[in-house]
Amino acid sequence: MSATTTNGAPEPGAPASSGATPLLEVDHLKLYFPIKRGVIIDRTVGHVHAVDDVSLSLNEGETLGIVGESGCGKTTLSRSIVRLLEPTGGTIRFRGQDITKSGRRELAPVRRQLQMVFQDPQASLNPRKRVGQIVAAPLKLHREDGHDIESRVRDLLARVGLNPEHINRFPHEFSGGQRQRIGIARALAVSPSLIMLDEPVSALDVSIQAQVINLLDDLQDEFRLSYVFVAHDLSVVRHVSDRIAVMYLGKIVEQSPSEELYTKPIHPYTTALLGAIPIPDPKENRARRRLVVEGEPPNPINPPPGCRFHTRCPRATELCKQLEPQLTEYANGHVAACHHPMNVTPEEIRAARRSPLSPVSAPDQLPASTPPPAP
Amino acid sequence: MTDHLLDVNDLRVSFRTEEGVVHAVDGVSFHVDPGEVLAIVGESGSGKSVTGMTLMGLTRSPNSYFEGSATLEGKELVTASDAELRRIRGAEIAMVFQDPMTALNPVQHIGDQIVEQIRAHDSRISKAAALDRAVELMERVGVPRAKERLRSYPHEFSGGMRQRVMIAMALSNSPKLLIADEPTTALDVTIQAQILEEIRQLRTEMNAGVILVTHDLGVVADVADRIAVMYSGRIVEQGTLDELFYDPQHPYTWGLLGSITRIDRDRPGRLPAIAGLPPSLLDPPQGCHFRPRCPHEFDRCAEVPALEERSGAPGHCDRCWLSPEDKRRLRVVGEDGQIGLDAKEAPVA
Repeated sequence: MSATTTNGAPEPGAPASSGATPLLEVDHLKLYFPIKRGVIIDRTVGHVHAVDDVSLSLNEGETLGIVGESGCGKTTLSRSIVRLLEPTGGTIRFRGQDITKSGRRELAPVRRQLQMVFQDPQASLNPRKRVGQIVAAPLKLHREDGHDIESRVRDLLARVGLNPEHINRFPHEFSGGQRQRIGIARALAVSPSLIMLDEPVSALDVSIQAQVINLLDDLQDEFRLSYVFVAHDLSVVRHVSDRIAVMYLGKIVEQSPSEELYTKPIHPYTTALLGAIPIPDPKENRARRRLVVEGEPPNPINPPPGCRFHTRCPRATELCKQLEPQLTEYANGHVAACHHPMNVTPEEIRAARRSPLSPVSAPDQLPASTPPPAP
Repeated sequence: MTDHLLDVNDLRVSFRTEEGVVHAVDGVSFHVDPGEVLAIVGESGSGKSVTGMTLMGLTRSPNSYFEGSATLEGKELVTASDAELRRIRGAEIAMVFQDPMTALNPVQHIGDQIVEQIRAHDSRISKAAALDRAVELMERVGVPRAKERLRSYPHEFSGGMRQRVMIAMALSNSPKLLIADEPTTALDVTIQAQILEEIRQLRTEMNAGVILVTHDLGVVADVADRIAVMYSGRIVEQGTLDELFYDPQHPYTWGLLGSITRIDRDRPGRLPAIAGLPPSLLDPPQGCHFRPRCPHEFDRCAEVPALEERSGAPGHCDRCWLSPEDKRRLRVVGEDGQIGLDAKEAPVA
């Protein structure tokens, strides 16, 4: 989707330096889920570090993709941004306004601007309500009952490719792809400026996936929407995003302009993710050398010290076990948290600097410009 | 005909429902040889899972009807008695399901579940020997510290580990045919790569035939030898991996190949999507089932095309009336020879 470069060329990867206020800024956001034990007295015996010091920003009209494996915290992150979950720490600013601690009343006008589409269209639509009622709900909530709601709902249904005549049907009368369109129509109802899309196409068949992706693309152009697109599928994310953030175990390990992530991945985890995707082309598949990562992500209750990926990383050294890597900013606003980065030259490393997105806990240390010993 | 490991001939499965009769599988024929991976590809509702489950006798119910035949080394499966099926299931044909959480018993130790399967087909083996065998199987499919984990419950395992346990169980009696129904759909890509590697190794080591039911063409390109593409209860195209990817004959196959997002190509401005929705199996269209969504349909499509060799390559069959020359011309949509289906404007659903 198009990165609208309106005034001059706002550096998409470097939000802190750009003049205009970004639409959404997330600063050092943390969300820990407490683990409780005990029958009478609830004792907190530990925490799941679901989102651990994540910073990102999003400009108007832009799409930020967030990818990662299950349990990396990408869904928790998206839900805490719309305040469906209460963050443990950090700040969320929407158009410069701090909404981290806003109450219901204060949040209402912001929520209008900030809508969400969920992964499972079956579970996120009330089975007892008719489609017309579902799509009209946000309009009623935001007291738009002055004018003719029904004609507005019909317009919305037609806009997302559904038959407006089906306004009185129930969700079960639609297929999965159509249900996802209903979810999108509902999100569009109050003319938001940002839509959080949490795995919007992963429950759909490929041919239907393509239809929904194209629809999202058209809507973005038409209504100048910004998207945060959360998904586990790197090939889908690539298709829709201007920038992509890769999450691993609650932290962002790499963030880059969309194409560059695929041609020049810096973090070994990104390389591993890309290598694990089977390419739908038998010849290329056979020719490809694959980096298969062993093992599984560690438990987020007790994340490993130092770099969180060191337990599975083929390039890990003693340094990675002890020192948490900072997010280092390379050219083009490409940011990665790795002591032994890939695909960068020693000159690029010398030119790099600490990114303001870095977790507070990461000490100030640039990656070594010499490659690690061969594993 | 009977020299194949599995021979399926004009298999039809229909279910009687309150709304009418659903023809889930509508005349499907294919075969599998030892050591070969046949991928059955299709979208949800295309009948691919029903085909796999019918071979195991898992679709039998008072409301289901079967026609045609499916033979494993000459033994008929469709009309086999329940007792015969029990002997075959788990021993000669084994199955790995999509969701390992619902396929495993949540209140029984993992070890006991594997032992149960081993002893069901070998009454003479002692419990201790069966436990040893369970450990051996779990180690083989890459479950670390297998001995300690015999007494774990399924919920203590991650999704990938559960799927490994499922594969260990499926292998416990060295089956001749393994049916894997979306074995990696519920898993993350890094874990998927590990499981696919496992399936590849097993095929070569055990020389078993594998039917891989999936919707993911990437997975197919990774492990399959031959492919059958299903649409709305029928196989619309069948051939070797390279034939299907580089010389696809059926418009539905073009559409599938065209609509996947890929990391190895420049991203297109717009994804070529197949317009419309798959037809209802209660009331399928006359003639070719893909006709309502196909931009290349013409009057002859009112008649069902048989699954025949039309492209000139032996064994490469499809169900489309277009001439091979027309097909090779019409399937190219991009400037760089990209294959896809030039969709009509999506009709309002």
